[in-house]
Amino acid sequence: MRSINLSLRITIRFLFIIHLLSVSVVYAEAKQTINIAYLTQDRKVPPPLSNLDAFIKDKGVLGVQLAVDDNNTTGQFTGQQFVLKKFIVPLDGNVVDTFNKGIGDQYSYVVVNLPAEQIKSVADLPAAKNKLLFDVATVDDALRNEQCRNNVLHLLPNRAMRADALAQYMMKKRWNKWFLVIGVTEEDRLFADALRRSAKRFGMKIVEEKNWEHTYDARRTAQSDVAVFTQVDDYDVLVVADEQGQFGEYLEYRTWNARPVIGTQGLVAVAWHRTHEQWGAVQIQNRFKEQAGRWMEEQDYAAYLAVRAIGEAATRTKSNDINRLKDYMLSDAFALQGYKGNPLSFRSWDGQLRQPVLLAAPRSSVAVAPIEGFLHPKTELDTLGYDQPESTCKWSK
Amino acid sequence: MKKNVLGLFTAVVLAGAVQAETVFVTLEKDNALAVVDPIAGKLIKTVEIGQRPRGIAISPDNKFLYVAVSDDNTIKIIDTETLKETGKLPSGEDPETFALNPAGDRLYVSNEDDSLVTVIDIKHKKAVKQIKVGVEPEGIIVSPDNLWVASASETTNMVHWIDTKTNAIVENTLVDPRPRALGFTADSQQLWVTSEMAGTLMILDVKTKQIVKTIKFDVQGVTADKIQPVGVVIDKDRKRGYVALGPANRVAVINAQTFEVEKYLLVGQRVWNLAFSPDQKRLYTTNGTSNDISLIDLETQTVTKSIGVGTYPWGVAVKP
Repeated sequence: MRSINLSLRITIRFLFIIHLLSVSVVYAEAKQTINIAYLTQDRKVPPPLSNLDAFIKDKGVLGVQLAVDDNNTTGQFTGQQFVLKKFIVPLDGNVVDTFNKGIGDQYSYVVVNLPAEQIKSVADLPAAKNKLLFDVATVDDALRNEQCRNNVLHLLPNRAMRADALAQYMMKKRWNKWFLVIGVTEEDRLFADALRRSAKRFGMKIVEEKNWEHTYDARRTAQSDVAVFTQVDDYDVLVVADEQGQFGEYLEYRTWNARPVIGTQGLVAVAWHRTHEQWGAVQIQNRFKEQAGRWMEEQDYAAYLAVRAIGEAATRTKSNDINRLKDYMLSDAFALQGYKGNPLSFRSWDGQLRQPVLLAAPRSSVAVAPIEGFLHPKTELDTLGYDQPESTCKWSK
Repeated sequence: MKKNVLGLFTAVVLAGAVQAETVFVTLEKDNALAVVDPIAGKLIKTVEIGQRPRGIAISPDNKFLYVAVSDDNTIKIIDTETLKETGKLPSGEDPETFALNPAGDRLYVSNEDDSLVTVIDIKHKKAVKQIKVGVEPEGIIVSPDNLWVASASETTNMVHWIDTKTNAIVENTLVDPRPRALGFTADSQQLWVTSEMAGTLMILDVKTKQIVKTIKFDVQGVTADKIQPVGVVIDKDRKRGYVALGPANRVAVINAQTFEVEKYLLVGQRVWNLAFSPDQKRLYTTNGTSNDISLIDLETQTVTKSIGVGTYPWGVAVKP
């Protein structure tokens, strides 16, 4: 009896404390729910190129999670609730089936972490017609141009934006003569195309161009192949296109002439990097790391921004309606805080997120593009990538 | 001899004419506090203070300084005479900005990583309450009439109105993206809020908690994205307000009656925070990347001096 009394008293006291806590925060009543789907497919673990960096299986999803939490922190004051449902298709599963069955008409906002081909097939489904898809994985230029879809927004800088960022930096450093080294994959070829476009745009000269056809064996490559391979006419900088990182890392310090390496290895152009600390970036780096137990990767950042964009539009429009949110996101009023100084926004002609591109070495932040001095009548951010007059995207809203 | 007496006489007259005051500046990268004689235009000394000092405030009786030493996760109490540490306050993790109430017995700290505001009882050196706010709270201030604590969260883009009696949020105002700093007018009728991303200053009416005016800064020859408003102060007669514009390297002078921008004063690089002299005849600015403070003469509205203080000057407090 005594013990029952005691426990009862403790319970009452506990409830009292709970009560005290709950009155201390005035929550707005949740009136609106914004349902967000996250769609991805498991990927095959690639053969390890190096033991230094472990393969990260969950790029993207933790960014979405953090942003949903942030949105809900805001939502407690605005009466909006953001609900996330993850659809992770197994390796042998069918993404289109999952989209049709699982996402169907329940979700208007779908964060898509899939390759370009799959994004296209999903975006063209009848079920995707009145949805907004957020591409947080591709850097594909064609998907933003002739293959663009008006229900897809792109969060990561595309190859053209990255190449322009690198070119601006090289121009500033007067590294005008490039030695372009291209890997064997289709992606490498596409990045080389973007680099050629940038070279032309900024008046740089590609004095030598070579395809890497040697082995990918570290010891052999590093010792002998690179020195022989790089015996070419004089150049200022070696620009490498090796998106998978199969050989690019072996170039630095091994070229015949002492030249810097830039491109997909050496100095890289990225949306996000662990060396980035300015403009409050330390805060989100810390918050992400605490939650994820690892550094924030580019896809995590893109996924974070996608969900924050939905949150920002929902807060400002006080709505969960897809048309209102989409209109707002594509309007001049939309300004997303992305920890990179400038407010971020979407280009109305192709749905690409307008953003600064970070130029980073493995352990130091080198510069942020647009580089000072590259001017644009509207916003200097549009000196990167396809500006409105150059775009071949025919977006019909 | 005669000359010396004259010199002494001049010094005494000068000292009488201009009230001697001391300016304290936190140096984020030097882990130190700079002590400056602004009238002489001289750095008197630099004192080690702890890891990454940022926010700073002075007690109403001018006896103590409170300094947020972010990487030591505490707010230190420093004797303004001896410059020795006399105590520590339990600020929570990574304190950056905080506000003192007019009586000087309560301190409100923004805990950026935890989305909290911690209320500290200074006398007992105890945290008495933690209030949940939006994501990444930064700017915080107490109204001169001690009715309100206004806290701005950078990622939620809101000003939270906390009732000082109950320590609870009673209202939220949605503001322009990435709100940074806040300033109440002396009559506690208006709250001025700067938005770093939108490049704006918003004037909020305290009664309705609504934005009554938004001022967009536009400096000739400076691109819009460099205009990142941060620190804001308003003079006690509500004649003029001043806003530090960050990497635009300027302080905007705003007519506090008409809300027109009267002038942009060129100061040092990446100007952060502002403080008046006790007589409000001068304004001091901390310039983050040029490692100095600027002195603005408010009667002539000109920048008269810049004084080198050390690496990354962040916060500023003035002692009469």
